Amino acid sequence: MAEKIATREAYGKALVELGEKNKNIVVLDADLSKSTKTANFAKKFPERFFDMGISEADMMTTAAGFATCGKIPFASTFAIFATGRAYEQVRNSICYPKLNVKIAATHSGITVGEDGATHQSVEDLSLMRSIPNMCVICPADAVETRAAIFAAVDYKGPVYIRLGRLSVPVIYDENNFKFELGKSILVKGGKDLTIIAVGIMVAKALEAALKLKEEGIDARVIDMHTIKPVDKEAIVKAAKETGAIVTCEEHSIIGGLGSAVAEVLSEEAPVFLKRIGIEDKFGQSGAPDKLMELYGLTSDRIADESRKILKRLKTK
Amino acid sequence: MDKYQHLNDIALKVRRDIVESITEAKSGHPGGSLSAVEIITALYFKIMRINPKKPHWEDRDRFVLSKGHAAPALYSVLAERGYFPREELLKLRKIGAMLQGHPDMKGTPGIDMSTGSLGQGLSSANGMALAGKLDNKDYRVYVLLGDGELEEGQVWEAAMTSAHYELDNLTAFVDHNKLQIDGPISEVMSPEPVDEKFKAFGWNVISINGHDFEQILDAVNIARNTKGRPTMIVAETIKGKGVSFMENQVGWHGSAPSREQCEKALLELGGGK
Repeated sequence: MAEKIATREAYGKALVELGEKNKNIVVLDADLSKSTKTANFAKKFPERFFDMGISEADMMTTAAGFATCGKIPFASTFAIFATGRAYEQVRNSICYPKLNVKIAATHSGITVGEDGATHQSVEDLSLMRSIPNMCVICPADAVETRAAIFAAVDYKGPVYIRLGRLSVPVIYDENNFKFELGKSILVKGGKDLTIIAVGIMVAKALEAALKLKEEGIDARVIDMHTIKPVDKEAIVKAAKETGAIVTCEEHSIIGGLGSAVAEVLSEEAPVFLKRIGIEDKFGQSGAPDKLMELYGLTSDRIADESRKILKRLKTK
Repeated sequence: MDKYQHLNDIALKVRRDIVESITEAKSGHPGGSLSAVEIITALYFKIMRINPKKPHWEDRDRFVLSKGHAAPALYSVLAERGYFPREELLKLRKIGAMLQGHPDMKGTPGIDMSTGSLGQGLSSANGMALAGKLDNKDYRVYVLLGDGELEEGQVWEAAMTSAHYELDNLTAFVDHNKLQIDGPISEVMSPEPVDEKFKAFGWNVISINGHDFEQILDAVNIARNTKGRPTMIVAETIKGKGVSFMENQVGWHGSAPSREQCEKALLELGGGK
């Protein structure tokens, strides 16, 4: 079994590393620094950490003000508050003037677990993806999170980074990992169909592909870490070469990865598509792994939907 | 001669620009632009350390027009101060224009923050003030809020932040003209007493006549010398100030004058000279 680390943990560590290198980095949090792991940065660089209290709208716009003065602010809270409570501040004060603010939101999706639906953001990708000037990233593991945070600092403009609470398998080798914004990663080659996943679903997609391999099905697996701008080239190539696509995300099937892929396919290369995600429902309380089963976000489900889509393809 | 004759002359010109640019645009917000003229004029012609040739100079004082719909007043002042040619004023709100309906920091030289959605300007001004403190810079940050805008909850989140972080490099104004779109603020959703509320939030509060340059400059001087807390200058103003038929008329919040009304207003404001 691979080592398990939550992406929020990797974020907290990356921030400290970056804080050391770049004096312009400031961090804002809304009374959740212990959970978002910005507390690491706060401890190391107290003068550059600003606890804004429980006021996400104020936090986002304050971050915008910092950015106008050449700072690189990271604003962190849970995904539901970062994108829901403060949506219009993110839109009007950060994205419209294309300010250099990085929103690193943790506790996304249903793996928040026991806190239940009010705290489980299943629509944040959709909200952030639709704002002009916004770049949207959802890393798959700790290694990719570190790389994504570094890339976000190198990029000039607003970035939304979706992170999770739960410890998840490390799938990448940190000594041999390349990350480029907007350029997806081919996790496993394959010719029979393509599974495109984001975040914690990448590990599950890989698991599913290995199961399918035993049955003689050769599935390609793509990690679409950047949901906007989405890697059109890789999607079209996958459609043309494999003829069927399954998308997987711990997010609503409306507006997130599934929609982004569907938009590209329907315009550029229509093929069979199955979107796996949360089907226009709220989450609920429960243990994260039980919730993932309940909402059909497992490797078994991915394998199952892959078989179904191949059957559709054959009977076309 | 009046000590403030020069500023009064500029203010008159700014009022004419407001009426003319909104008439030409056929839409806009004359009432709240006219009430803010002296405050914005004083800031750019007497108070702020700025260089119109270097609008991004990092040591400059900053101004955030939180009540972004008063943009025509700010645009006129910026043009008069030399940030961009006066010809732009008559292109206000038109396709491809530099001057958008609400301030756009990316498109207009001299605009320090994009605003327009009410309630957000004090927060961004706080961010600028915090950045200044962090870098040991001595620039000051000014922000102008509307009184109706105080109904936005975020203003009070930001008011806590300014006081909590002891932002004595930040000075805010409330353009207290007492009217909003749906009627008098006291009837729609009263934010009164404005001064007492900011005092309770830990601010240094000064009340002045917002059309009196001497009072504006004195209040800003007090703010400069106040340590450890931000200053709120509650400026009593008249919505539509300077145009008889617009003064204290709620209907002039967001409608453009006709050509005839424009001519009448310009005559009252000393002609089109």
